[in-house]
Amino acid sequence: MRTLTGRSELLRIATAGSVDDGKSTLIGRLLHDTKSILEDQLEHVTLTSARRGDGYLNLALLTDGLRAEREQGITIDVAYRYFQTGAAAGITRADPDGRGRKFIIADTPGHEQYTRNMVTGASTADLSIVLVDARRGVSVQTRRHAYISSLLRIPHLVVAVNKMDLVDYSEAAFTAIVDELTDWAARVGTADLTFIPISALSGDNVVERSAAMPWYDGPPLLSHLEHVVIAADRNLEELRFPVQWVVRPNHDAFHDYRGYAGQVAGGVLEPGQEVIVLPSGRRTRVRAIDTFDGPLQVAFPTQSVTVRLEDELDISRGDMLADPDDRPAVVRELEATVCWMAEEPLRAGGRYLIKHTTRTARAVIDALEYRVDVNTLAHDHGAGELALNEIGRVRLRTSAPLMIDAYATNRSTGSFILIDEASNDTVGAGMIRSGR
Amino acid sequence: MRIAPLSPAGRRPDRRAIAETTTVKYELTHLQALEAEAIFIMREVAAEFESPVLLFSGGKDSIVLMRLAEKAFRPGRFPFPVMHIDTGHNFPEVIAFRDRLVQQLGERLIVASVQESIDRGRVQEETGPRASRNRLQTTTLLDAIAEHGFDAAFGGARRDEERARAKERVFSFRDDFGQWDPKSQRPELWALYNGRIRRGEHVRVFPISNWTELDVWQYIAQERLALPEIYFAHEREVFERDGMVYAMHPDVALLDGEVAYRTSVRYRTVGDMTCTGAVRSHAATVTDVVAEIAATRVTERGETRADDRASEAAMEDRKREGYF
Repeated sequence: MRTLTGRSELLRIATAGSVDDGKSTLIGRLLHDTKSILEDQLEHVTLTSARRGDGYLNLALLTDGLRAEREQGITIDVAYRYFQTGAAAGITRADPDGRGRKFIIADTPGHEQYTRNMVTGASTADLSIVLVDARRGVSVQTRRHAYISSLLRIPHLVVAVNKMDLVDYSEAAFTAIVDELTDWAARVGTADLTFIPISALSGDNVVERSAAMPWYDGPPLLSHLEHVVIAADRNLEELRFPVQWVVRPNHDAFHDYRGYAGQVAGGVLEPGQEVIVLPSGRRTRVRAIDTFDGPLQVAFPTQSVTVRLEDELDISRGDMLADPDDRPAVVRELEATVCWMAEEPLRAGGRYLIKHTTRTARAVIDALEYRVDVNTLAHDHGAGELALNEIGRVRLRTSAPLMIDAYATNRSTGSFILIDEASNDTVGAGMIRSGR
Repeated sequence: MRIAPLSPAGRRPDRRAIAETTTVKYELTHLQALEAEAIFIMREVAAEFESPVLLFSGGKDSIVLMRLAEKAFRPGRFPFPVMHIDTGHNFPEVIAFRDRLVQQLGERLIVASVQESIDRGRVQEETGPRASRNRLQTTTLLDAIAEHGFDAAFGGARRDEERARAKERVFSFRDDFGQWDPKSQRPELWALYNGRIRRGEHVRVFPISNWTELDVWQYIAQERLALPEIYFAHEREVFERDGMVYAMHPDVALLDGEVAYRTSVRYRTVGDMTCTGAVRSHAATVTDVVAEIAATRVTERGETRADDRASEAAMEDRKREGYF
């Protein structure tokens, strides 16, 4: 019997890959084996595959949702896919507690010309899956995908060594890839690295443990996705509460009510706690943490709550409540790694809007320090611009102070986007290194 | 610079250690995480746009949006009105439900009517046995957005519903003509939504993009939300056409070979009566429905929406024109 009581956590996954590395087959298998592909979708894919003359069940048609993608047979944009395990979804398998998880997969194209889409999908991910073809070993593309995962500080990286069936399930082929990428990852600095030998096509080590690889003693991929510990990835130490919206009801019952609504971006909030309001620097205490469902005794990332304070201070959207003993830097100059997302290149002197937490200001690029070759990781200090899909280190100044942390410490208060004021487009994604 | 005094214990608590040793786990369930994300999105829109509106269809997804708006803005009022696009072929139960809900919440309701668009000559009624006002709604919607000067419109669409929607952003930009251009969508990173638009343009905002049909039903159960009764099994006079089960209503004419009969059905989606199919079901409570959804092998739009069957890219094409 299915129940409503199965608790389950949310895990956001990013995958990147191209047509031939088996990414679509892998996602297709995860969806299929968790009963997330329904009959009418499967029927549609079967019919379309046959009409196109694909000669096989082309599971990429599931995720390539746009006409242009189906016409060209490529993934252009990020697609989001959902599946769930555990008692609440009616999928218990061998899991004794039946808790399971809900998964969101950001399925992104793998080619270099779509780096910006990969960065977009990776920005919110808890875990990324990089596929390696066991026959070809570590490729330029593998290293690029792993680099982007580490740049975006995705806490968990899974290297799925695919097509093991085509190398006779050879442990040596697997170990060679593990050794090479482990060395590389140590230099780049990836948090948690897991290698799993799989065959997406035949299902080895995807959902069920493979009998063909007795030398592998780790879990199959889905089991790893269900059990990897993500609660510790959140920053629970330094309180960061960007004020998003001021709740001031204009009716009698709540005449004097003034609450500051927002999403906790770091640390833990408790009634009675002393907080500092930035950038003003005024101090006060938390009177109450309100929600529609009643007051809370504690709030933590990523809860959306409304905070009432002991003192009446002038606080508005874009301000931040923080721990007075461990506060963010209040800065107007930033050094950051930027992924450029527009046709018109980034150059020194360029002026943009910068959106950081709930605060928007103007920004000017003071310098492009270097451009990163995403394949070799070499730094080109002579680069004069960042073109579409390129990544580099920039220095910029802002028209108003920003309350920042390093991206490595806090992904919410360490990230920003740049917006072109003429076109209103989002043109850059920034990860803060430092500021002053 | 002033040195902050130490807390009474002499040092600050180590939250990570606390997280591991106390019963407070600092963990959210997936529904709590999805809810927090949706509330954040709604507040971003309220803060960054001058004149938002919440599009309400009377369906389960927009009923969830109403609850999320309560969670985002109470004890204040919604900082936007609620708007219903009335095709004139709605289920009467849904219209009654809409009026009850809006009154209970004490919010403002705007009704934009497809019949008025027809009377004013803005659109022409389709003819024939398969005529539907589904497509006509787009004109009524865009006219209402222009007339009221709305610059952001919340919708209850989800990415798991349909292929084109799987590609759509949470903040989905619409040009001067209300059109969606799937090939030039703005990158959407972290929780940094870009709501900048020019006059005449608007943004459709989908706070429950990341929810699935099952999430919505689990949330309805958790929140004990009331729904229009047609979501639960009931006896109804129906007929079959193109492999779907439709309700009999005064505007329908049976074709040769079609017969009306009574059976127990419920609705998985709520749209225009002329193009929304029912499913045979005996699920009479939310718990029954959740069990049915968890076990179903067909998607909700595939089972119940004739409007998506027109072609492989039916939804993409309608969305390009400005559909919900």
